[in-house]
Amino acid sequence: PSSSRVFVVRKDQDIYIQTLRKLFNESHGIFIGLQRSEEELAGKSRKAQLVQVSKNYRSVIRACMEDMHQAAISTRDPALHSQYSTQVSILSAMELIWNLCEILFVEAAAAGPLLLRLLDWVRLHVCDVDNMVREVLSSENPSKHELFWNAANRWFLQVDVFVLQGRMDEARHLLAKEASANPTSVNMYKTLDDLMKKMPVPSLGNTQTLTEMELKWQHWHEECQRYLQDGTFASNSHMESICKILLGDEDAILEKKELLTTWYQFLVTRLLYSHPTVKPMELRFYAQACMDLFLGGESSPEPLDTILMAAFEFEMHQVIKECSIALSNWWFVAHLTDLLDHCKLLQSHNLYFGSNMREFLLLEYASGLFSHHSLWQLGVDYFDHCPEYGRVYLELHIERIPLNTEQKALKVLRICEQRQMHEQVRSICKIMAMKALRNNRLGSALSWSIRAKDAAFATLISDRFLKDYCERGCFSDLDLIDNLGPSMLLSDRLTFLGKYREFHRLYGEKRFSEAAKLLLMLMTAHIAPCSFWMTLLTDALPLLEQKEVIFSAEQTYELMRCLEDLTAGKSDKQKFQDDDVETMKVEMLRLALARNLARVIVKEGTLEGS
Amino acid sequence: VWDKSENGDWHCTASWKTHSGSVWRVTWAHPEFGQVLASCSFDRTAAVWEEIVGESNDKLRGQSHWVKRTTLVDSRTSVTDVKFAPKHMGLMLATCSADGVVRIYEAPDVMNLSQWSLQHEISCKLSCSCISWNPSSSRAHSPMIAVGSDDNSPNILAKVQIYEYNENTRKYAKAEALMTVTDPVHDIAFAPNLGRSFHILAVATKDVRIFTLKPLRKELTTSGGLTKFEIHIVAQFDNHNSQVWRVSWNITGTVLASSGDDGCVRLWKANYMDNWKCTGILKGNGSPVNGSSQQGIFNASLGSANTSLQNSLNGSSASRYFFPPLDSPRAGSRWSSHAQLLPPPPLIEHSCDADTASLQYPHPRRRCVSRPLNLLPENEGV
Repeated sequence: PSSSRVFVVRKDQDIYIQTLRKLFNESHGIFIGLQRSEEELAGKSRKAQLVQVSKNYRSVIRACMEDMHQAAISTRDPALHSQYSTQVSILSAMELIWNLCEILFVEAAAAGPLLLRLLDWVRLHVCDVDNMVREVLSSENPSKHELFWNAANRWFLQVDVFVLQGRMDEARHLLAKEASANPTSVNMYKTLDDLMKKMPVPSLGNTQTLTEMELKWQHWHEECQRYLQDGTFASNSHMESICKILLGDEDAILEKKELLTTWYQFLVTRLLYSHPTVKPMELRFYAQACMDLFLGGESSPEPLDTILMAAFEFEMHQVIKECSIALSNWWFVAHLTDLLDHCKLLQSHNLYFGSNMREFLLLEYASGLFSHHSLWQLGVDYFDHCPEYGRVYLELHIERIPLNTEQKALKVLRICEQRQMHEQVRSICKIMAMKALRNNRLGSALSWSIRAKDAAFATLISDRFLKDYCERGCFSDLDLIDNLGPSMLLSDRLTFLGKYREFHRLYGEKRFSEAAKLLLMLMTAHIAPCSFWMTLLTDALPLLEQKEVIFSAEQTYELMRCLEDLTAGKSDKQKFQDDDVETMKVEMLRLALARNLARVIVKEGTLEGS
Repeated sequence: VWDKSENGDWHCTASWKTHSGSVWRVTWAHPEFGQVLASCSFDRTAAVWEEIVGESNDKLRGQSHWVKRTTLVDSRTSVTDVKFAPKHMGLMLATCSADGVVRIYEAPDVMNLSQWSLQHEISCKLSCSCISWNPSSSRAHSPMIAVGSDDNSPNILAKVQIYEYNENTRKYAKAEALMTVTDPVHDIAFAPNLGRSFHILAVATKDVRIFTLKPLRKELTTSGGLTKFEIHIVAQFDNHNSQVWRVSWNITGTVLASSGDDGCVRLWKANYMDNWKCTGILKGNGSPVNGSSQQGIFNASLGSANTSLQNSLNGSSASRYFFPPLDSPRAGSRWSSHAQLLPPPPLIEHSCDADTASLQYPHPRRRCVSRPLNLLPENEGV
């Protein structure tokens, strides 16, 4: 059976998530800052600048993660809780990927510092022993896990974790405890402690060259080897395994698989203990090997794994592509690609539409923002920085923003005006004017058509005003008409409306001679439409009937002429059809004019003071 | 007519019976002309409607009032489509009828919707089912209208014709016929023009087809200035596996939606290398077909598509993280992952199905717990 309902479907749901609002807003600020940043800076300063931008983006991701986490722990609704938790996880993954891209692409860390950066990287997404243990205990088959057997000696595990992460000082500190608990192994401990203390690491400063470091490391490695082979640690399996790890023994490291938890942690540990001066281009081989070893054929790589691997292989396009597939929100790929583009790392393909990938992604992201009632404003700036299609996308989108309130319309208009989007300005004003007119808000309609510089519409609305006046005897929206200023000149009818209102004002202020002059001018200068002359002449009546003579003789003659023009213009038939009121009006006017003429002739003929 | 209220709900604010036969299509005029609708019907008429703002009570009761401004009765057969012309052409509309006549009307005074004059009558020789105006306002492009036919007659004539306005003769003349479209056409739509020199046209027939029409130099024949086009088909999809009834473009002409007898709506998008692919399938009630449509990056728990993802979440993997102090450590994190973008290098051809396949495989338990955020190493420097 067919359904007779209409369904509203929406994509880009993420923009409606409140907690992500911060992500969109703050990254927008960073994006704009990047676009406007100094391109003239070269070399190191530019690179440092770009690295800082990357860090800023990451800090926004982390801030969002923190908010999301807070939301997760404070909600009682299990569905929401699970939703927030998932979101946290995804943000965490995003930060992981971005961080790696920062190290490899933006900073382009060289051999030496590279390892240090990678160590920091894995440490950020670190595994907490307590939670690991809890996980194990709550799993289906806890005894299957080595962690289970060692759970009692938590700090045992913690030492291992520190060693695996290259955190020597912390490891040594805990190891001391182990030693004090086992007085017999004091000497063993001292040796191990010493080895750990002496381990050479790449330095960030220029204190040593790579070659120097490698030499030192080689010596140290050999020393460890000797102690191991001498059986120094034979009686303590824990310390022995640590020594093996220090030697980079693959099996020893792999034994701690559950503490490593991820293949890339495994990778970094391996590199730390077997090849600390690894070069960027060598990473791919180690990465692939480590992933294969770690996954051990039990499982296939997941999207995150593929993305990280692509990064280790320095396949930037692949990274972006995989991220695009895995994430259905454009935020990540748009901002990352833009940053990489600023690092001059992306070649531009010549596209069908002449645009490139950076622009394509930014256009997609920004378009998505436009369906949101307030985030669309961010989208505007993104379009501004898309040189090929940004403007036309903006033109198309901005016309479709629902203009529910005047405020919103004004906001949109300001944006269009700033960018000289004249057609859009005109169109929006027209739409608002029509809406106002339909709702009989003539003042609003008029001001919109003035803003649109739409003379035809202004004329139409002025006519309505005048018609209203004729019917009701008063004006609506006086404020507006009184303050038209130069925009009065937009259309003749509008000018007339303004001037006519001025006439009424002058009359109200009893400035009769000025009012009279204006009234006459409206007719003689043909500002008033013929249809209105009768009304104007009728308006003249009270002026003619004043005790004081207002119209001069000449003016009176003019008025009479106008009246005759008006009546002469009518055909006989029309005159016949004129009702009594009309004829009476004309009669009254003639009489009043004649009387005024009489009085004014006398007045003008009289000498002053005689 | 439905209106959207302030809290975002849609309400039916007007419903009226007027035509004496099925109403085939309705279409909105541009808001610059006010709230104006046109309808066309099997009863051989087309009508133009305007919303009248009524008493304030009505607004509270959520009612709107529509009055008929004009009825166009020139057609002798069922009027199958009615479309307003692009706003830069003024207040103009076109209708097409089952007897193959396309009529173009204009309201010279945009404030007077009851006065429409018939400006052009185009005889298409085939029963017409749909029309589309070319939205381009570029001065380089003359007004253009595409007409589709669902004629079942045996002579194999092109079922899509393009008519262009000739400035010299002041008439519409046939500029092109798409010879490759020989099956009945149910809908047709020009894409918005983003300042391109060429046009993009979508056709709903036994499949979904997208054509580009590139104007060549104007031929200087005696009738003067008729454009010749270079026509290419850039996409053809039979995924509906049945008649395709409607096609519709998004604002920027970057996504095409199609609906078919398979009860599905499909969304098509070109990647930045201009390869068109399916980016989503929706069922009649708007819910995504299993794993095929884009969901939020943060997989909201709605819809049946979610359950299939949840199943693949239960194994843990290197990519799963969860946040320590939560009481249910099993918060799975697998990404919801659906292709919305069809990515750059033409190497990998992802069809919709391939995307879903990537989600479903088992993993051993490899889980990593992430530490609270405040434990950042000092040299992060943020």
